[in-house]
Amino acid sequence: MKKNKNNDEEIASVRKRKRSREDWIVDGFAYGMAAILVIAIILPFMQVITVSMSPASVVNATGFHLFPTKFDFSGYKKIATDNNFWHSYLNTILRAVIGTSSGVLITIMTAYPLSKVNLPYRKGLMLFVVFTMYFSGGMIPKYLLIKNLHLTNNFLVYILPCLITGFALIITRNFFMSIPGELEESAKIDGATPWRVLFGIYLPLSKPVVATISLWYCVHHWNSWMDNMLYVTKSNLYVLQYVLQTILTNGQTADMETMTDVIIHTETMKMAALVLSLLPIVCTYPFLQKYFVKGMLVGSVKG
Amino acid sequence: MTAVTAKGKPVKKGFLYNMSHYKEYYIMLIPGILFFLVFCYGPMYGLVIAFQNYYPLKGISGSPFVGLKHFKALFNDPFFVSVLKNTLIISFYKLLICFPAPIILSLILNEIKCMPFKKFAQSISYLPHFVSWVVVSGIIIEFLSPSRGPINILLQNLGFESIFFVAEPKCFRGVLVLSDLWKSIGWGSIVYLAAVTAVDPTLYEAAEMDGAGRIKKIIHVTLPALAPIITVMLIMESGKILNDSFEQVYNFLTPSTYSVGDVISTFVYRMGIQKMQYSFTTAVDLFKNTISFILVILTNYVARKTNDYALW
Repeated sequence: MKKNKNNDEEIASVRKRKRSREDWIVDGFAYGMAAILVIAIILPFMQVITVSMSPASVVNATGFHLFPTKFDFSGYKKIATDNNFWHSYLNTILRAVIGTSSGVLITIMTAYPLSKVNLPYRKGLMLFVVFTMYFSGGMIPKYLLIKNLHLTNNFLVYILPCLITGFALIITRNFFMSIPGELEESAKIDGATPWRVLFGIYLPLSKPVVATISLWYCVHHWNSWMDNMLYVTKSNLYVLQYVLQTILTNGQTADMETMTDVIIHTETMKMAALVLSLLPIVCTYPFLQKYFVKGMLVGSVKG
Repeated sequence: MTAVTAKGKPVKKGFLYNMSHYKEYYIMLIPGILFFLVFCYGPMYGLVIAFQNYYPLKGISGSPFVGLKHFKALFNDPFFVSVLKNTLIISFYKLLICFPAPIILSLILNEIKCMPFKKFAQSISYLPHFVSWVVVSGIIIEFLSPSRGPINILLQNLGFESIFFVAEPKCFRGVLVLSDLWKSIGWGSIVYLAAVTAVDPTLYEAAEMDGAGRIKKIIHVTLPALAPIITVMLIMESGKILNDSFEQVYNFLTPSTYSVGDVISTFVYRMGIQKMQYSFTTAVDLFKNTISFILVILTNYVARKTNDYALW
């Protein structure tokens, strides 16, 4: 760290000495492009937030809608009284909690034996896993399989088919392989079983990678809607993103069809629903971001 | 399990000895193996129906075998040909624009020495990655709205007609490519940025001694350092040239843009799930997946020959 700082200072002093025209151009271009990117990403979010909290008269007027001028939370009020929306919110939270914890458990249980270099048939097993990352049966056979397993209209359809992703498994395995084998040897001499070694020694040492794959699984569960669309038709099992999709495309959820002033309110209501679905991600994101990135970097190390 | 174990040939001891000696490890593997068998290899077995006239009531064992009938029908189907064309065109545009963009972004971020601004720009650029396509499409459609969208208002102020980008066939592919860029540029840059920061600083110093300016340093030091990772990413991307993103396209697609935006996966969904042409659409998927798989193997082979750096 200290070395780095010295280095930075050195570089800074070098740059102070001779700031050529090239430096100005490169810096100007770099800062300018980065600023443009930041603005391009923020602007659409700003418009969504503004529309969600503006009265219909402002929303329907032409002109920019990037900063709220008048406040009106009727969109949020409409969503707040929509039971379908909140029920799906609850389903999604439930699914994220159960799906993530079971997924992480199964992933580390599978990754640990595969990280043992001397495990017989390990290469074949890895091929068995990696092959699924490059070839799949596709949408229809999977749909028919789920149907034949009687998982349609079953909460388990949100959990079981996405327990493990190949990428998370390989990252976890690579991390386990980087843990020195002596730790395990000595524990085994003391009579520890592989289960004890995994949960007593490996797991506490693997917090970064476990944090990363949990976050990935959690985000996957929060954002998924295709399994809902394909396999679930019972509305009390709907998940947030799917309900959001129906709100966005229809402007109303099933039990709001009787409302009269739909056109005036749908825009604000849609955007309010959007903002509410984004809220958990945006609120936790600043604190969790580093774990996402860490995992990405662990993953880029070849095993 | 036997099919798998048969592959692990270089084993000195017998199967039973291995199983008992490493019993606990294999017990640990059971749930994971079961998962892959059922949910990954199960659908692969289901691919048999591409060679059958599948009737849901009769199941796979009871449906009549028809050989390559569906594959022959595939290329005589005018819809499939146009869908294949759309998929390839959209993927090609994405490869052209969304592949180099994160590389350029990482080079740009690397030139920014003001750490707080760099961190801020990075954090903001990663954010869309964590948002689902349902939400992204909602945001983008709102942003491109003919009456409220900033781009359309600018167009109006300049005296042009406002354009309903999402419903306009001429602009639809552009919307797909740019929304993908918006969502993935920041996250995609992480890998490259890691490679850039790993470059040995003495290389830059040496280049400076030789009188290289900053642009020369980027071209002659940073880019060569990135070459291996770019190769690997290019392999992965070219393998995906037929893997259109269903989640993205489905959320943007409307009947008015079917002619330019309907891709293989949305076609399979409409024909297969909604119209129940199970065998035909499975043949479509099998065709797509086989080509993708061959592409990955091929590109990887090429990368290994030329670069010594490949996926496996």
